[in-house]
Amino acid sequence: MSAPLKAGASDVEQVFREQYGRALSVLVRSFGDIDLAEEGVQDAFTIAAQRWREAGLPPSPAGWIITTARNRILDRLRREASRPDRQAQAAVLHQSGEPEEELAVRDDRLRLIFTCCHPALAPSSQVALTLRLLGGLTTTEIARAFVVPEKTMAQRIVRAKAKIREAGIPYRVPSSAELPDRLRPVMAVIYLVFNEGYAATSGDRLAREDLCTEAIRLGQVLVALMPDEPEVMGLLALMLLIAARRPARSGLDDSLVPLSEQDRTLWDPVQIHEGQQLVRACLRRNIPGPYQIQAAINAVHSDAPTASATNWRQILALYDQLLVFDSSPVVALNRAVALAEVEDAEAGLAALDGLPLDTYYLLHAVRADLLRRLDRRSEAVAEYDVARVLTDNESERSFLEQARTTAAGPPSMTDSESS
Amino acid sequence: MTQYLLSVPMIDGAPPRLPDDMQQAYEGVARFNVELQSAGAWVFAGGLLPASSATVVRAQGGEVLMTDGPFTESKEHIGGVWIIEAIDLDAALAWATKAARACGEPVEVRPFQEIPEG
Repeated sequence: MSAPLKAGASDVEQVFREQYGRALSVLVRSFGDIDLAEEGVQDAFTIAAQRWREAGLPPSPAGWIITTARNRILDRLRREASRPDRQAQAAVLHQSGEPEEELAVRDDRLRLIFTCCHPALAPSSQVALTLRLLGGLTTTEIARAFVVPEKTMAQRIVRAKAKIREAGIPYRVPSSAELPDRLRPVMAVIYLVFNEGYAATSGDRLAREDLCTEAIRLGQVLVALMPDEPEVMGLLALMLLIAARRPARSGLDDSLVPLSEQDRTLWDPVQIHEGQQLVRACLRRNIPGPYQIQAAINAVHSDAPTASATNWRQILALYDQLLVFDSSPVVALNRAVALAEVEDAEAGLAALDGLPLDTYYLLHAVRADLLRRLDRRSEAVAEYDVARVLTDNESERSFLEQARTTAAGPPSMTDSESS
Repeated sequence: MTQYLLSVPMIDGAPPRLPDDMQQAYEGVARFNVELQSAGAWVFAGGLLPASSATVVRAQGGEVLMTDGPFTESKEHIGGVWIIEAIDLDAALAWATKAARACGEPVEVRPFQEIPEG
């Protein structure tokens, strides 16, 4: 027999990332108490970090963590046998007699996702709880990623857990009749986590990249748990296709590189392949929804070897379809961009008129770009100025400044402002 | 089982609803109450007269102080309540959805403290 390989810190870290939510959800079901389960799982990982370094990873790290955590919790309950409240809570949530087979574990994670994203919790709490309980992120990490003081985030999590307990938010998978309403906030939370990581309005960059990775991981878990939901596949595809462009998205000086100017050879081919396959698979079901359509739009972009080879006609048709599900002005703004490509900048500009997005920097950036193309330079410069003031994001701002300089052109070329 | 309070907040001085609308709400609520009772979820329900009819009583030492009007000076007061029994929040929210449809007003759901056993 060969000696087991010693596990490094990164092995333990990887097991932690992959198995935290699984282990926690099993123990929440067993004991009916989120805090108790969290302490148990955290204790188990602390022990694992020491033991695995010497003895190597056990054959089933997840099973080891669950068993160790369970024993720690039982020890603790025995020590605190005089505290009947814990037992009483356990009775509320406990689903008796379920064997701990893979199927049960699967359902446990799904239960926990639906509990964390219950519509009776505020969206900001849903996000925090999901990252904490399913992703195993610490309160500090979540606070840093969302640029919120740690104390605020800690209070948010404590309050959300108290509401689950006090209001009696159940730990179960919704019935199929409830599912459409209940799945929506789950997908919204995952996409919000992803966008927070990707769009990076401000804050620690590494913490934010973690958010993208975590959102994709949660998306993969959800697809595995609910393989019959095309929108769930659409959501994962959408995140993968957007994340694939990350390497091409910022220039050397950290400024934003727009899609039309990205070096497409830098796009991640594995993520694109996976994303496109998912898009094809969900479109075959023929139950379209907003995530699938957005994924399809991104799949069209990822199909084009160069920006000029983009099939804008198809993208425009997809935006028309998306507007049926989501008639928000932001979708209309994106449709206007596609329209400008299919027809001309004039048509795009006309489509922007009346959109109630005056405080949204992207509206002004798009209008500026279209005006520039029509050689209406002073108007373009004015719009770039508005856009620049409205964004908090450094890399977007520096992109807008460059674009403004280009639009302003050499002094002799500007139409009215030459000094 | 947990007991939940379903309350209907009303804004003082809000324009009165049309008679037909009110009639519909009465009938809807009556049907909802029957449904609650036959499901065994009913504990109590009732509508309240305007908050201006309220009196607040304070017992301070040996003295009792009474003041005219409601305790809170806000513009909103509870117009009616149900107390129901439900297995969990989802069940309570499902009843609240029916209640809100029946009475045509928003419904607040709030759990009661558990009654200690023994």
